[in-house]
Amino acid sequence: MLDWASTVDHKKIGILYMLTALVFFVIGGLEALAMRIQLSRPNNTFLGPETYNQLFTMHGTTMIFLVGMPLLIGLAIYLVPLMIGARDMAFPRLNAFGYWLIPFGGLLIYFSFFATGASTAGWFSYPPLSLRNYTLGNGPFGNVGGVDYWSIGLLIVGVGSVASAINLIATILLLRAPGMGFGRMPLFCWLIFVTAALILIAIPALNAALVMLFFDRRFGTAFFDPTGGGSPLLWQNFFWIFGHPEVYILILPAFAIISEVIPVFARKPIYGYEFVAGSGVSIGLFGLFVWAHHMFAAGLSQGVTIWFGAASMLIAVPTGVKIFNWIGTLWGGSLRFRTPLLFALAFILQFTVGGLSGIVFATIALDWQLTDTYFVVAHLHYVLFGGTVFAVFAGTYYWFPKFTGRMLSERLGRWHLWLAVIGLNATFFVQHMLGVMGMPRRVYTYGDFPGWALANGISTVGAVILGSSIVVFLWNMYVSLRHGDIAGDNPWDAWTLEWATTSPPQPENFDTVPPVLGRRPLYELTAQRESANRRQSVGRGQEIVL
Amino acid sequence: MSSSRFADRPALLGVLLFVTSETAFFALLIVTYVHFFGQSSTAAMARAHLDPFRTGIFSLFLFSSSFAVWRAERTGRANRIGRRRFWLAATIALGIVFLAGQVLEYAGILRSGLGLGSNLFTSTFFTLTGFHAAHVLVGLVMLSILLGLDLANATNARSGAQQSVSIYWHFVDGVWVVIFAIVYVLTFRGIIG
Ligand SMILES: [Cu+2]
Repeated sequence: MLDWASTVDHKKIGILYMLTALVFFVIGGLEALAMRIQLSRPNNTFLGPETYNQLFTMHGTTMIFLVGMPLLIGLAIYLVPLMIGARDMAFPRLNAFGYWLIPFGGLLIYFSFFATGASTAGWFSYPPLSLRNYTLGNGPFGNVGGVDYWSIGLLIVGVGSVASAINLIATILLLRAPGMGFGRMPLFCWLIFVTAALILIAIPALNAALVMLFFDRRFGTAFFDPTGGGSPLLWQNFFWIFGHPEVYILILPAFAIISEVIPVFARKPIYGYEFVAGSGVSIGLFGLFVWAHHMFAAGLSQGVTIWFGAASMLIAVPTGVKIFNWIGTLWGGSLRFRTPLLFALAFILQFTVGGLSGIVFATIALDWQLTDTYFVVAHLHYVLFGGTVFAVFAGTYYWFPKFTGRMLSERLGRWHLWLAVIGLNATFFVQHMLGVMGMPRRVYTYGDFPGWALANGISTVGAVILGSSIVVFLWNMYVSLRHGDIAGDNPWDAWTLEWATTSPPQPENFDTVPPVLGRRPLYELTAQRESANRRQSVGRGQEIVL
Repeated sequence: MSSSRFADRPALLGVLLFVTSETAFFALLIVTYVHFFGQSSTAAMARAHLDPFRTGIFSLFLFSSSFAVWRAERTGRANRIGRRRFWLAATIALGIVFLAGQVLEYAGILRSGLGLGSNLFTSTFFTLTGFHAAHVLVGLVMLSILLGLDLANATNARSGAQQSVSIYWHFVDGVWVVIFAIVYVLTFRGIIG
């Protein structure tokens, strides 16, 4: 226990991140299930409005800040040093510091449930709803509201994220093995580098906004309070200046995982390495200038609206480039249909659905019609579950053998996959229709309008199926950890450096880092050895003949 | 940026990245100040309560402390320990004088019965300059640690730490240049110019 609490080993810290995220993932998932049960039929009374509002706020907050970010950051912290042939991160103690802020920030946010009732202002916490007049608790701790815990908790989590971003950037810049120039660096590291840069720039925007929100609530300022001359629209701008890059912080690591998994299971180098890296960088840059597409209904001027609509459409281009790169890699490859590849394929399909419904929102007229309806809920869950989470599943099946030394069960993996695909689409596809029919998001119940009960019923059944897929997944990890096949160093015949060491890797990772001769170090090493052997045996043969 | 420059001093790169992140934080506080400037009576309030000449003079102390910390770094690198101690102490002293100026400015506003939450001017002014002062204070703590280590003759191979603290101090100074230009020069440009 103590050696886990005091560890500065990037692999242990990475595991701690991922386990913390897993715990919060289960909690956030149960919150979602409770909401789906409430919505399963019209005029249901399973949850009251106050509880329901707390649950959707905490579900969103949890999944974004306590699951998505720590999971992906943890994966990066585990893998990046191994992939670049380093012994650890650039700042091992900062690494531990960054991690420990996450669970404590998370606990503070969750403590609000017991202290005063959690925030009811939604994960983007718009004023005036998030100000004192509307969200003040009356628990044992006086007039402190859930939003107070929420803002301070997120501030703590945010500082931790910035620390990890600094560490990841410095690690990638400084600790690459000899021979690994930027042109040879695994795409995973490229995209994590862009992600870390976004965290570095975007999280401080949130931090500044959180500070001002907290001052408004506790110290009587009025930054966002219209009654004191402040501007709720300013909060919206600040939040989405952070919030849109945040979407890329959650999706670029998913692209990173997919860009590693697909080549290995197609037995081909990635098609258009430069384009995957370059489009990642341009997504990161573009992503800083499109935030107001979350605010088309807020009454911005027409010029501003058109600019942000057009810029948001443009960002579909580099994203589309990536999808073509992956398809190009699969094309003509000798595909091995193991669970990592299956989840990667599911990712491409489901993420594309989410990408297309995203373009709908960049179309301003349609946005006005669909904003704040279930169409939004459908869109963001295709992106974040069908996208990010499916990619993480692919990555888990791929790297679990490296983390633990044991393979996950393929049979359970198939069950997990199909339940997840069916569950995702059953839950969220119908929500597109609910949105078009005008069902608003964030309402705790609804009237018995034509079609609404059926669609919501299907959605709830889907959520139960999706939940069961997670049970299978957890069971798979539990069983495989004990009885899974022994993995060996490199069970997938993969090419990046993490597979050149033992599974799980020893402390300090490598005895000797293999020479990096190209983009696929282990492949090029084998090729070099084989040609050397051939030359040798040819040489010997000639001797005999002569 | 050539990464080899940082290869043996990763902390330098770490501080540069940290400072980049802090720049984004201050940028939003500054945008907030500018956003509300001229709304309701913020401009008139600023003119009534700020003292550009006094704060301008105190700002010179902070600006010259950047020179002092640069000298501390150079003399340290040349292994002239006595000089280095002098320049470190000078940096700290100049920083303290600057903070004293801030205290005077704050005291004036507080004496007239205004606080952080009184109106948009006090909110934006105290938040922006308060976070800056907090950064100055953190810098002073780090400089004092450097000086303390120096006096205890524990400074071997500390030039990485010295350089890191210098970068941070220059950053704090640079942020003040922008804040002073916006909060003071902008407010009084009609009166001064
Ligand atoms: Cu967005």
